[in-house]
Amino acid sequence: MDSLISIVTFIPMVAAIILALFLRGDDAAAQANAKYLALIATTASFLLSLLILAQFDPGAGFQFVEEHDWIGGLTYKVGVDGISVLFVMLTTFLMPLVILACWDVTMRVKEYMIMFLMLETLMLGVFVALDLILFYLFFEGGLIPMFLIIGIWGGKERIYAAFKFFLYTFLGSVLMLVAMLAMYVDAGTTDIPALLEHTFSYGTIELAGFQVVGGVQTLLWLAFFASFAVKMPMWPVHTWLPDAHVQAPTAGSVVLAAILLKLGGYGFIRFSLPMFPVASDLLAPLILWLSAIAIVYTSLVALAQTDMKKLIAYSSVAHMGYVTAGIFTATQQGVDGAIFQMISHGFISGALFLCVGVIYDRMHTRDIDAYGGLANRMPQYAAIFLLFTMANVGLPGTSGFVGEFLTLMGMFQVNTWVAVAATTGVILSATYALWLYRRVVLGDLIKESLKSIQDLTARERWIFAPLAAMTILLGVYPALITDRIGPAVNDLLDGYDVAVEEAGVASATDIAQNAH
Amino acid sequence: MSSADFSVLMPQIVLAIYAMGGLLFAVYTGKDKVAPLLLWLTTALFVLVAFWIGVSGGDSTTAFGGLFVADAFSRFASVTILLSAAAVLLMSEGYMARRDLLRFEYPLLVVLAVVGMTVMVSAGDLMTLYMGLELQSLALYVVASLRRDSAKSTEAGLKYFVLGALSSGLLLYGASLTYGYAGTTLFSGIVAAAGEGSASLGLLFGLVFIAAGLAFKVSAAPFHMWTPDVYEGAPTPITAFFATAPKVAAICLLARVVHDAFGGVTSDWQQVVAALSVASMFLGAVAAIGQSDIKRLMAYSSINHIGFALMGLSAGTAFGVQAMLVYMAIYVVMNIGTFAFILSMERDGKPVTHIQALSLFSRNDMTRAVAMLVLMFSMAGVPPFVGFFGKYYVLSAAVDAGLGWLAVLGVIASVIAAFYYLKIVYLIFFGPEGEELETTRSPVLWGMLMASALIMVVGVINLFGIEGPAAMAAQSLVQ
Repeated sequence: MDSLISIVTFIPMVAAIILALFLRGDDAAAQANAKYLALIATTASFLLSLLILAQFDPGAGFQFVEEHDWIGGLTYKVGVDGISVLFVMLTTFLMPLVILACWDVTMRVKEYMIMFLMLETLMLGVFVALDLILFYLFFEGGLIPMFLIIGIWGGKERIYAAFKFFLYTFLGSVLMLVAMLAMYVDAGTTDIPALLEHTFSYGTIELAGFQVVGGVQTLLWLAFFASFAVKMPMWPVHTWLPDAHVQAPTAGSVVLAAILLKLGGYGFIRFSLPMFPVASDLLAPLILWLSAIAIVYTSLVALAQTDMKKLIAYSSVAHMGYVTAGIFTATQQGVDGAIFQMISHGFISGALFLCVGVIYDRMHTRDIDAYGGLANRMPQYAAIFLLFTMANVGLPGTSGFVGEFLTLMGMFQVNTWVAVAATTGVILSATYALWLYRRVVLGDLIKESLKSIQDLTARERWIFAPLAAMTILLGVYPALITDRIGPAVNDLLDGYDVAVEEAGVASATDIAQNAH
Repeated sequence: MSSADFSVLMPQIVLAIYAMGGLLFAVYTGKDKVAPLLLWLTTALFVLVAFWIGVSGGDSTTAFGGLFVADAFSRFASVTILLSAAAVLLMSEGYMARRDLLRFEYPLLVVLAVVGMTVMVSAGDLMTLYMGLELQSLALYVVASLRRDSAKSTEAGLKYFVLGALSSGLLLYGASLTYGYAGTTLFSGIVAAAGEGSASLGLLFGLVFIAAGLAFKVSAAPFHMWTPDVYEGAPTPITAFFATAPKVAAICLLARVVHDAFGGVTSDWQQVVAALSVASMFLGAVAAIGQSDIKRLMAYSSINHIGFALMGLSAGTAFGVQAMLVYMAIYVVMNIGTFAFILSMERDGKPVTHIQALSLFSRNDMTRAVAMLVLMFSMAGVPPFVGFFGKYYVLSAAVDAGLGWLAVLGVIASVIAAFYYLKIVYLIFFGPEGEELETTRSPVLWGMLMASALIMVVGVINLFGIEGPAAMAAQSLVQ
């Protein structure tokens, strides 16, 4: 099959179009049809993506490439390599679970399913796009369904959150668009593999009276940074995330935390690091310190939260701090660890939001104080929640540990102080996560309202089972991931080191010549 | 003056004769009773003439010693103008008839305005330019105040007239300066007199005044003041017309003047156009935020869009002109769709234009709500809709021409503008509870809205092949 990638990417969209055009009515039967069609489409997409994984050759660069001409000198070019293939898998794996998780929604079900199906296509598109503008198209397009998901199905403050989410991320992204256009003008192509080979100039330039070290590369890097840092989100531009998370419906939070947050990290690895190596090298300390601050600061903020979703949202920001720091250490462990951390965080944070969703569906509050002693009536829930809390803390044996450990190792090689700061984050994360667990699940069940709460239903158990399995599997056998990404990361870093070294030599000769 | 000259001008002659013949016909027969017939005839004629001009092809030809130019550029612009005018006429019938505004003069005035516009985009001389512009403007002043018994409509007409006269005066002053320093009114003569590099001070003055006069017509900031009032006061179909065809004509005329007459001194006008562009983008974005009337909001939105189109023009390259043409074509389609929706908004048989009226419209009619969603996101320039490609074209033209700063300012303005487009989406889909909006069940309006939204989605595949003709048009203008 030549167009496997396109098929996997567009199956959900086709299903969405079918739903939009042919499904009429809003009775129980129509709602069930919408849910089943969405589930079938996402599952089909997942099963086909398994074919990609099966035939994937880690050492062979870009594979399954499809290329067609398009408007304005652009091409429709998609494909996967070691860096993107696992993100594709993560997305296709999680989406059927997300659909299952919103099985109880009764308000505008058809539209809800259409939104999630569209969102899946757009997210997959981001990971498989091998053309700059195509990437941008998918990257930005994802804002629309997410805006509507938060706005229509969200909580009380949904309107504020939806606008904040959209405008924040839009502002970041349009600057990237300008940078992309500048890259097109400079390199004469929007083809990502070709751009990876292209060297953007890094001679110091003067702009409005300022000396810009790293020249064009620095400017482009900053524009991409504006977009990815917001998407990531990095401290201090993370403030949209807690709002969006708290107001989004459960399934929306899961997609947001598990997949959408990974777009930023993927962007850093795909664009910033290999395309602007000199600028990355120059600005790496900035990222490392921002990440260290993010890890410590947002962990402390998480401690003070009274809303469960907000607490997990802040913990996500902290965990993304490990990712950004890992990427910009530009070491094999760091980048491997960052990718690992992103994948594992996809499972863990998704599961944690689902855990919140389970009790929110029953009690309609996310207030931590409204709970306590759930273990008495919900033993299964307590066990599942415990597993993912431990994974979130980074307990060895769960996937959370591997990612954190690898990124910390990367950081330690580059900057010991950052590693020290980041490691305190591990302790802090244990504090807020375990404390949350204690307050919600442990203790005596004294609240009247909780006396009749029910344990997990079969559907909920089936949603958690694959997530739990993946968390433990990756925790005990991380090579599943590192073997796939290793060669690609290795190539990327080789290119990076060569470019940085050349730039170092070039600037040394510059200085030498100036001295004469 | 030979028959060859006239044959170049044939489409305009046909339209002009039709307009005068139609006037006589209507006066001697049923007057306003024949208005619907005339309206349909006019629409058909526009489409036919558009088709005629579109397929005529061939090289650039000039008539009357260079006064009139027919080239790929004028063809592209004329076809856009004619088709958008046809679409707007078609949409206006029901609205005008129900409000007793369907006078027989209305379609004929639109024909005269369109004749003026096609002359504008084909101008090869300052005289032709002015003639076309005035023919267009005079017809538009009258249609703006078509609703004679409404104070707002007459105010709109008067305001438009006074400010239009002022802008014509500025333009004429610039034209006379240009003539004085170049010794000719022919564009080909002016371009020779201006030379390469930078123009003489006198010519530069002329250029700036002409640009200011034309900026009035495209409603580029800071010459935009009339736009919101006229948009609000004029009957909605007329507003839809103002927002589409005349904008295309005026911006194409500006492109023609700066490239045909001042093509050698690009750097002199580039900064002027860039300044207009920045001012329009930001004013259109910021001032629209506080608007509660959707027609005023659309006025500011059109100012914002014109700013983007001007960004393409300010690149000063063939690609820039191509980007501008593509942008304007997309803009026109989006506006026709949006106005088709606005025209159908009513409550108790009266038109409503307050945006709060849109509250939770999606509950009444999901299909149209989705179409509006597509159009709004397209206007905001959010991919994957076609509106994004318009922005993509002009931004890449600007970056290509070394105007990176302009592109950065442009995208910032587009984020600000996104706010009010989002606000409309927000109102339609999850706004506060409000009085329900009724909409007229007009198949024409429904069709226009759907067609426009569909174009915004399907166009992603290849923009309906508009790129090739636009590139040819730009090539013929910029040599």
